[in-house]
Amino acid sequence: MTVVIDRTKADPARTGSEPVSAAARVRAKAAKGGLYQARVPIYPKLVHGRWRAIKWALMIVTLTIYWVTPWIRWSRPNGLPQQAVLVDFAGGRFYFFGIQLWPQEVYFITGLLVMAAMALFLVSALFGRLWCGYACPQTVWTDLFIYVERAFEGDRNARMRLDAAPWSFDKAWRKAGKHLVWLGIAFGTGGAWIFYFHDAPTVLRGFWVGQAAVTAYVFCALLTATTYIFAGFMREQVCIYMCPWPRIQGAMLDQHSLQITYRADRGEARGPHKKGETWEGRGDCIDCNACVVACPMGIDIRDGSQLECINCGLCADACDEIMDKVGRPRGLISYDTDAAVAARAVGKAAVYKLVRPRTLYYAGALSFVSVLMLWGLANRSVLELHVLRDRNPMFVRMQDGSVRDGYTLRIANRSFYPKTVSVHFNGPAGAVLKTPGAPPTAGDLQVTVDANAIRAARIFVVAPPGAPAGPRAAAFTVRDRRDQARANTVFDAGAQP
Amino acid sequence: MSERKIDGPTGVETTEHEWDGIRELDNPLPRWWLWTWYATIAAAVVYWVLMPAWPGLHGYTRGVLHQSDRVKVVHDLADLKALRGAEGAQLQTASLEQIERDPKLQAYAMAAGQALFGDNCATCHGQGGTGGKGYPNLRDDVWLWGGSLEQIQHTITYGVRTGEPGAANTQMPAFGRDQMLKDGQIDDLTEYVLALSRRPANPAAAARATPLFAEQCASCHGPLGKGDQARGIPNLTDSEWLYGSRREDIRDQIVNGRGGVMPTWGKRFDPQTIKALTVYIHANAGGQ
Repeated sequence: MTVVIDRTKADPARTGSEPVSAAARVRAKAAKGGLYQARVPIYPKLVHGRWRAIKWALMIVTLTIYWVTPWIRWSRPNGLPQQAVLVDFAGGRFYFFGIQLWPQEVYFITGLLVMAAMALFLVSALFGRLWCGYACPQTVWTDLFIYVERAFEGDRNARMRLDAAPWSFDKAWRKAGKHLVWLGIAFGTGGAWIFYFHDAPTVLRGFWVGQAAVTAYVFCALLTATTYIFAGFMREQVCIYMCPWPRIQGAMLDQHSLQITYRADRGEARGPHKKGETWEGRGDCIDCNACVVACPMGIDIRDGSQLECINCGLCADACDEIMDKVGRPRGLISYDTDAAVAARAVGKAAVYKLVRPRTLYYAGALSFVSVLMLWGLANRSVLELHVLRDRNPMFVRMQDGSVRDGYTLRIANRSFYPKTVSVHFNGPAGAVLKTPGAPPTAGDLQVTVDANAIRAARIFVVAPPGAPAGPRAAAFTVRDRRDQARANTVFDAGAQP
Repeated sequence: MSERKIDGPTGVETTEHEWDGIRELDNPLPRWWLWTWYATIAAAVVYWVLMPAWPGLHGYTRGVLHQSDRVKVVHDLADLKALRGAEGAQLQTASLEQIERDPKLQAYAMAAGQALFGDNCATCHGQGGTGGKGYPNLRDDVWLWGGSLEQIQHTITYGVRTGEPGAANTQMPAFGRDQMLKDGQIDDLTEYVLALSRRPANPAAAARATPLFAEQCASCHGPLGKGDQARGIPNLTDSEWLYGSRREDIRDQIVNGRGGVMPTWGKRFDPQTIKALTVYIHANAGGQ
């Protein structure tokens, strides 16, 4: 059952049906404020409650992760970076504690992104836009900036008064202080970003004496600017106009998704209520607008589920405060489903269905990708082998009738220690390996590869006279005590002379 | 036509454009969007001032930053040269054996050698170094002038039959063209040479040519026809034939006595360049 919540609130001034030409309408619009709409300022009022507390806690956790992570040290041998989390573009490495990824292993990052997307789909289908309301950097930093704004300018009413008031010393220092602190936070945000890409203590020192990379200054400036503008000025407009996620939501949510919901079945008919009046024959909503003034997105949740809503629950906290005051049960606005509201509206018991085909296949896809990733990480060899076979010439016939093929073995050692690997060749019987400048060896060859490096080793395979003619499948294996890698290739013995 | 259409659920006027029953809402653009547009225009103007932008009749506006990709390439090339300086210097001091044994130096020499070989040697010896008729194969284990590192270095440095000091100038006589031998004698010698490399030959003719070979050929090719690498004299008993292995090829060589020329690369390249080429050729030939 699909529930359509009717949001018919047509502006009576705009419903006229008198014929007007398109040009006249453009002129009318321009007269009313233009073809462009200025942002209507939103002054969210501070609320207290369960969801607000969770939001504060998550803000502290996420910001702490962001600012502390680059400063965690991690001991690695052989002159490798000592930073636990480091995206080393210059060296082409991603370090994450004990793991290091090479550019050719970028599929692990892809897998992680797929997992994140699937997790987001699943959470959205189950609980709505929790990411938007609690964890998205746009939300977290905007929340932090509003906290600063409140500290300087006071709560909603004080801020509205201040904005309306003519310029004065009081207004000036409050505004200046707010913007200074905002800029400080923005600079701290942009500054912390670069620590993820360079050795943090080094780049911190280098930054102040003008010795950091140009990119460090550029990205610091860029993220400082975007933080200041997005969290200070753009705020909900980022979510409404820039972010694609609210649009994608539509495909994830259904009537069984838990979302911040105004329980219209209980709230209507709404209206002012005086102390001592009866609650019979009316809804619990006293139309106090507490939910509207608390909303950081500037919407009225009582209009139903809408694009702008980030599911943060601040309106629920605001409403609960009011319900406590008027002595009605909490939860007039709460995480609920459209289906439940519709069921209660017709007097049926609300049914909550967390297990639905949609959640099952999101969970299935998430589990599949997670298992794939874990399997990939667990079975990841620190050795990797690629064999480039000489194609010009394909083979060289020696004086004694033996045939020699040339190969370049690219042996990658992704460990933090140098490795000596033995190179084994599976090919024609009696074939021997040899490197330039050394006599042929009957057994396996030993090749040393530096820590965290690729060694290109030139290796020749000499097959005795009488090896089966033509190209045949063959393979190289490199191994040491712990790891091994294998690569298929071809041994071409040519045509018999 | 121009009656105002209001969308029911939102109460917003529509543009009257309709696609399969879906009408476009005529919401006003947010004003910041307009400001973003102005900002891009301002950025474009700043770009014109800073960077090369406008074409003119005699060139283009250079911009105050004097940005030029051509200049940047020159700088990058200079940087690259400086970067290579360290390894180039190492190449200069290290011996050929040291280069071949040090994986890093060898990789550097091989990379440099590959480019040098393609630019300078591949014209005759082929991109893969397998040569052709008259041009020796540098990949196999037969070497006219010797296949050790030092011998290869020497051959590259001084060249072959250039007349320069240091270069070998051995030249096979044109026995037929200069009428030193008669046609019948040349036929017999051809059979003898075929027999030397254990290939089907007329035994009677070969036997007839035995004293002729000792008289005319053994002074250079040796009594057994094994040749002499020091003077670049080919071994006639192996399976490698620079000018072809067919009966008519061998006869043609006795008649005309051809000998190829290789430039004196020492006059064009500095020693480390020749070292890199030497290591590249030696390594690709399996390294004797």
